[in-house]
Amino acid sequence: MAAASPAPAVADPVVLPEVLRWANDAEGGAPYIFHPADRPDQLVGFEVELAEALCARLGCRSRFVQYNWANLIPGLRQGGNYDLILAALERTPENLAQVAMSRPYFTFGQQLVTRASDTGIHALDDLTGRRVGVLASTLSHRLVTRHAGIEARVYDENVNYFRDLELGRIDAVLTDSPIAAVHLKDRPGLRRAGPPFAPSHYAIAVPLGATGLLARIDEALGQLIADGTLRRIYGRYGLWDETQAGLAAWTPGIDEGRAVSSPTDGNASSPERPKAGFGSAWRYLPILLEAAVTTLWVTLASMALAVAGGLALALARCHGPRLLRLLAVAYIEVFRGTPLLLQLYFIYFGLAQALGWRLSAGVAAVLTLGLNYAANEAENLRAGLEAVPRGQTEAALALGLSPALTLRRVLLPQALRISLPGMTNDLIALFKDSSIVSVIGLVELTKEFLIRSLDAGDYVGLGLLTAAIYLAMGHAASRAARALERRLRA
Amino acid sequence: MIEITGLRKRFGSVTVLDGVDHAQAAGEVVALIGPSGCGKSTLLRCLNWLETPDAGSLRVGDVRLEAGTPEAADRALRQRLRRRTGMIFQQFHLFPHRTALENVMEAPVHVDRLPRAEAQALAMGLLAKVGMADRAHHRPSQLSGGQQQRVAIARALAMKPEVLLCDEPTSALDPELRGEVLQVLGALAAEGMTLLLVTHELAFARDIAHRVVFLEGGRVVESGPTRTVLDAPRHPRLREFLGKDRTGRAG
Repeated sequence: MAAASPAPAVADPVVLPEVLRWANDAEGGAPYIFHPADRPDQLVGFEVELAEALCARLGCRSRFVQYNWANLIPGLRQGGNYDLILAALERTPENLAQVAMSRPYFTFGQQLVTRASDTGIHALDDLTGRRVGVLASTLSHRLVTRHAGIEARVYDENVNYFRDLELGRIDAVLTDSPIAAVHLKDRPGLRRAGPPFAPSHYAIAVPLGATGLLARIDEALGQLIADGTLRRIYGRYGLWDETQAGLAAWTPGIDEGRAVSSPTDGNASSPERPKAGFGSAWRYLPILLEAAVTTLWVTLASMALAVAGGLALALARCHGPRLLRLLAVAYIEVFRGTPLLLQLYFIYFGLAQALGWRLSAGVAAVLTLGLNYAANEAENLRAGLEAVPRGQTEAALALGLSPALTLRRVLLPQALRISLPGMTNDLIALFKDSSIVSVIGLVELTKEFLIRSLDAGDYVGLGLLTAAIYLAMGHAASRAARALERRLRA
Repeated sequence: MIEITGLRKRFGSVTVLDGVDHAQAAGEVVALIGPSGCGKSTLLRCLNWLETPDAGSLRVGDVRLEAGTPEAADRALRQRLRRRTGMIFQQFHLFPHRTALENVMEAPVHVDRLPRAEAQALAMGLLAKVGMADRAHHRPSQLSGGQQQRVAIARALAMKPEVLLCDEPTSALDPELRGEVLQVLGALAAEGMTLLLVTHELAFARDIAHRVVFLEGGRVVESGPTRTVLDAPRHPRLREFLGKDRTGRAG
């Protein structure tokens, strides 16, 4: 079988390795792969059990490799990290262009979920002008993006969008039917909107050209389906139904999308994959620029908040009464000493849970970055205030200026000039740090790059383009800061 | 105009002013002399409450402050005291981010709330008086030390002080730049401005001061009419001080 493959790029493991490394992301959650609440040290799920059954059938030992879900395909293509992906990868033309995929091991549909109170929604068409949460780089994501007029909110994992749906931050979730099945069980406020649609399959991915391994996997999967092992595993998670029974009858070519790689034409199936380089990357420029607008407003609004907050903190610290001084120091230490990501989760999810404050993703992003950077700006401004010679204060007081006027008219303008280079530095850092807000569903420049480079399979052209946009924004910011510095110069 | 009684000030364990008494009439020019660390500058700085005295009382015009009393902690009273006094610093302390004109206009506009046009006319007049009208739109960094000090004098005069406190106004200047500042101060004295002057320029003190006060160890050791104190000093420390000073500055 392997001999039929024309000059494979990857050495073909006709002899299977002793240990087969399969990759998945344990953040995937039930029913795929999860730590049960009562046994947090164990990893279970139908994909875990399937991987173990498959490895046993192949005569290999199984080893699980944890990998970020969105990066599973690039990680496989790069080589060396793991031998295969068994992680709810859809058998779509987009994925087949980048990896070789086995026969399907699971059939599912797209399930639309809304709040139980939102009885008017039955299909995607009812959601024009509203917000729909999807998992990044999935079929659901593509379906929603194709639907003009729907605002896609993109998430990195699938628990948070259900939470945001309950909180009213989004209007619906489009997700794979097994995910909906599990999460609707303990969320009485949500309901299925319409039947599942756009049937699709999960399949195992191996590197293009690993035809020998793929053939052995297909063979073993066929046996697991035929002898009822698959049925027993899925039954334990309440996932067995008539559509899964159809897996036994699957043959290449009846799948959704286009012609599918058979074990013998493995690495030939990448005709539409664009080559790395600017030629194809330019097409993504308008999309990237649109995402850059999000980066820009998040950054500028956060910086405005950070400077205002930093000023208040610096004044409290340098000139406030003792209690205020202590509070300012405590604030600065807390916000400098804890991770930004933690603060973001706390403000976005924590405040909603504890106090019922349902901040929108944009507000939470600006608030978190602003509050975090306020600690930095406070220190910048304090350094500036302390660097102004004491004689300036004395001269102002001797002229009869009140302490407040002295601060506003004499000390602050001079302190600002001293602090400006450090603040410019922070502004440019903020352009980059703002990418962290993608974890609460805002698609800014880096997130858009990640999504599009996965689609296009092009990290070089899109990467250079994205970097150029960041540099342009940073450069504009430092030019503006230098102009301001010149105006304030003595 | 000025009345100081029993003024004391300590910095930690060091007594800088040890019961100073001083009185000065309106229009009188007094030079404060003495060795370094004798408390001259501190005395000056107590007069506009840049330093808070530990004990004693002082009066400038109609504003009276007694150290240690609740009124002494009152910001408004302190501000009234500062309105009666203008201060010239050794290091000028012009606001570096504003032009000469803006430096002079700062207090009239923001403290007295004078309309801008009026404040500008006042400031230009004062800059002309100190010979700096043609540099009105320069930043301090573009001016020589003597020019900066003349702008600083104009800035202090803009608040129409009853007393001008000068803390070694020429010590930071090269000898060739001192003349222009001394000339401006001499003209002010001639106009009848009340001046209290900490200085090492004995020749200048001889020219414009009506009286000289010699301070040592935080006390007034000798004081009297300028010629009497400078030409016929009685206290041995003053004689020593003047002798050193003469030989030191003979060149």
